[in-house]
Amino acid sequence: MSAHRASLYSEESMKVLSRETPPELESVPPTQPIPPVRTIVLDRAPEPVRPPEQREAVRRALDADGPERLRLEDVSVAYSQKVAVRSVSLSIHQGEVLALIGPSGCGKTTLLRTLNRLTELTPSAARGGRIVLDGQDIHDLEDTALRARVAMVFQQPNPFPMSIFDNVAFALREQSRRRPRRPELEPLVVDALRRAGLYEEVKDDLHRPALRLSGGQQQRLCIARAIAPRPEVLLMDEPCSALDPISTGVIEELIHELRRDLAVVIVTHNLAQAQRVADKVAFMYLGDLVEYGPARQVFEQPRAPRTRDYVRGAFG
Amino acid sequence: MSSTFVSDSLAAIPPRRGRRSSLRTWRWSDRLVLLAAWVAGLSLCAITAAIILYMGYRGVQYLRPGLIFSRPQVSKDQAGSGGFLDPLIGTALLTLIGIAIAAPMAICSALWIVEYGHGGRTRQFLTRIVESSIEIVAGTPDIVIALFGLAIFQLHILAFVSFVGEGGGVYGKSFLAAGAMMSLIALPPLFVATRDGLQAVPAHMREAAFALGKTRIATIRRVLLPSVRANIATGITLGVSRIIADTAIVLVLLGETLRTEPQGGVPGLGVLRGTGSTLTSYVYENSPAGEGAAPQKAYAAAVVLMLFVLVLNLAVEWITRAQARSSGSIAIAGGIV
Amino acid sequence: MLQRLRKPWSDNRAERLLGAVSFLACLTVACMVVFVAIHAWPTFEHNGLSWLGSGGSLSEQVERMLATSANPPASAFHIRVWPILYGTLLATGLAVLLALPLAVLSSIFIVELAPAPVRRVMIIVVRLLASVPSVIYGLIGILVLVPFVGAHLVTSAERTSLQNTVQLTGAGLVVAVVLLTVMITPIMVALTCDALGAVPAAWREGAAALGVNRLRAIRAVTLRAIRPAIVAATVLATARALGEAIVISMVSGSVFFAPRPSDGAAFLLEPFRSFASTIVDFREGLGAPALSATLYACALLLLFSAFALSVAGYLVKLPMRKYQVKG
Repeated sequence: MSAHRASLYSEESMKVLSRETPPELESVPPTQPIPPVRTIVLDRAPEPVRPPEQREAVRRALDADGPERLRLEDVSVAYSQKVAVRSVSLSIHQGEVLALIGPSGCGKTTLLRTLNRLTELTPSAARGGRIVLDGQDIHDLEDTALRARVAMVFQQPNPFPMSIFDNVAFALREQSRRRPRRPELEPLVVDALRRAGLYEEVKDDLHRPALRLSGGQQQRLCIARAIAPRPEVLLMDEPCSALDPISTGVIEELIHELRRDLAVVIVTHNLAQAQRVADKVAFMYLGDLVEYGPARQVFEQPRAPRTRDYVRGAFG
Repeated sequence: MSSTFVSDSLAAIPPRRGRRSSLRTWRWSDRLVLLAAWVAGLSLCAITAAIILYMGYRGVQYLRPGLIFSRPQVSKDQAGSGGFLDPLIGTALLTLIGIAIAAPMAICSALWIVEYGHGGRTRQFLTRIVESSIEIVAGTPDIVIALFGLAIFQLHILAFVSFVGEGGGVYGKSFLAAGAMMSLIALPPLFVATRDGLQAVPAHMREAAFALGKTRIATIRRVLLPSVRANIATGITLGVSRIIADTAIVLVLLGETLRTEPQGGVPGLGVLRGTGSTLTSYVYENSPAGEGAAPQKAYAAAVVLMLFVLVLNLAVEWITRAQARSSGSIAIAGGIV
Repeated sequence: MLQRLRKPWSDNRAERLLGAVSFLACLTVACMVVFVAIHAWPTFEHNGLSWLGSGGSLSEQVERMLATSANPPASAFHIRVWPILYGTLLATGLAVLLALPLAVLSSIFIVELAPAPVRRVMIIVVRLLASVPSVIYGLIGILVLVPFVGAHLVTSAERTSLQNTVQLTGAGLVVAVVLLTVMITPIMVALTCDALGAVPAAWREGAAALGVNRLRAIRAVTLRAIRPAIVAATVLATARALGEAIVISMVSGSVFFAPRPSDGAAFLLEPFRSFASTIVDFREGLGAPALSATLYACALLLLFSAFALSVAGYLVKLPMRKYQVKG
């Protein structure tokens, strides 16, 4: 090393810098030759959809858990003639977490947003099929009434520009006909924050601006805000994709706790997260529901070859 | 497998909308606000329509081509005689002088701020001062600018701008004086438009020019200014529409003679140093607020003024659309800020 | 010599030239304050702060000033402009009070509620309203609104009861306030619409997903989010209303009178004057030194009110900062 560089570094670092390889790596054997990458021809034609009789049988078999909250029958969604979701039938029960997995663009987020009719915010969206919430077609419910029972948490935390208390109390205040007062709201807000696992961290000052919280805290605040009005179903659209691993772990713990009272549907592109969190898994590909079953079965003994490929990481 | 099954569900999916939240479940205050918002929006439309239709009606009633091309007569029967050629010329003159002074000032300031305004603390401080000054000028009422103009141009050093009246006092009112103050009115929109255009020029254009070895000033002349031509055009149009709409400066600084009265010996300069009127002061003087004798001519002149404003508005729309660049901002594109 | 001119300019020289021209703007502002203050000084010197108070008949004081010539005695400067201050505050305050809800509601209509073709029309409407010259507003006011008010809204009872104090001709507070409101609303609408468009879609989606109907979402979330923009719009609109000279000069009745709320409904029909309209009305008297000083003092007040408004707006926005997204 030149004399100039030598003067910039201390004795210690000079010792480290002059080594050829770091000590830890010296024991690693030379790398194996990399196997050739398999070329996969991804055909555009969808997997053949199960005929109606088979779908019924699958559905009845899974009925064993808690009461069925949400049922999708032959749901299709299209955005100005381009089909995003094609003939999906699912069943969502209380007490279980359903994970929608699949590569980008397969329609899982669209399907999720159809469940609380958020697709109607886009003028070009069209929906076919039936979605039944506790026996009622959601089409016949008013959209505000529906969304009071089916809550949603988004990918990017979006707390409103208000205090923490006002954020959590927002749905409670605005959904009721007459405006509830502060003493009535406090226990509900505290309960929601507790169930979301945020209360301990913010209990000293609930009137702090919500935007000052960290990313993970903001997402938990959004969860608290969503569960405060006691919805029946909680929809989560990749809730941890914008967060660091520690916050992700906290929120996954939360999902475990929450499914006692709610049915949870979570969209995730992270297979490991789906394995950790889900009870049932639905794998979607290019708008079709390719496989739907208990998590263990889908990950360990997938029936469809495409599911096997995806779960093993052959494509994503 | 059964591809027919698949193609069935691919058939056109009818756009079905679920039930919207019915107004019956809304709180009373929400329904009230909804109604009020509709009423407010529609009444703005109604007011504009009323203004335009009424001016159109009066214009059809009173505006004759003869008025535009004849000079005002000094006579007892104001309603019957004379037109407003002089005021038209006055408006045009003031606009030319105003833009001629404001454009170099605005463009140089915008260039300095965008190109040379970055650097150390002092440089940024100076930039803030220049921008704040132009904001202050933008926020100053035109009547205050008019009085300031009077105060300045009544100094003896600046007697060449107007003329020396009887009694030895500098008159202080002339086309040059009013035009100079009009430049202050046109300066802020021109500056803002040019500055925004310069800031929107992507960095790679400058970098490419520097990489070719051009100096900064050459880059400005050959690369930057041509690319912001549309912004400058918009700024000038906005400035012009502000100048022709201004009345207070004209009333205070133009001497209010119906016809242009040149002063001093030199023919061309004499008009500039002399007094006159513009469309706006003509409307004011002919309404009951001024002499009040000829409301018909006031209407006619007002309609011509409105037409100019409409044309300039359309010009701004056309320029921004031709550039295929819309800032999407009503306030900035409309020259309000 | 010609060689030197033809050589391409060096950056340094260009920079110095551009900088010098830029500072002309600062120089102008500085000169403006200095010159107006110098010309206004005599009246403050003789009246002090009670210049703004009330006392004596303002119209007589102004008449006296009109008659003075060079080197007037100190007594000629005596004036109390309270009626003008009162008229200015009244007209501006009422106009802003009316324009604020009108502008906010119209913006909500334009951005959230109107169908797309109506929205395009509304944007054109707003720009058009903002560019109508004030003299045309004044003309419509004085030739249409004032006679209408004078014929239909002023009852003969009111006219006779007040005939000893002031003439009710229809030119007065109500016409001036209506015209001012129409003039400043487009400014506020433009700024508010831009702010509404800048509210992140995430908040709107989040509010919808919580089962809140559209208008509730607007009121509870969006309007809170744009509060700083509404403050900025109000400041701009107030500054515009304060400085409006021509319209008020044409429709206010131009009488040094402080409208009295105790007159009931006639309060809105009484004439008044504002600082800006006083300057325009007495522009011919700028040759008389005492009156000139008074008028320059009015201008100085207008100048400082614009500064004060910006500072006030900044102060009002400070506590709102903590709830906003940064930037």
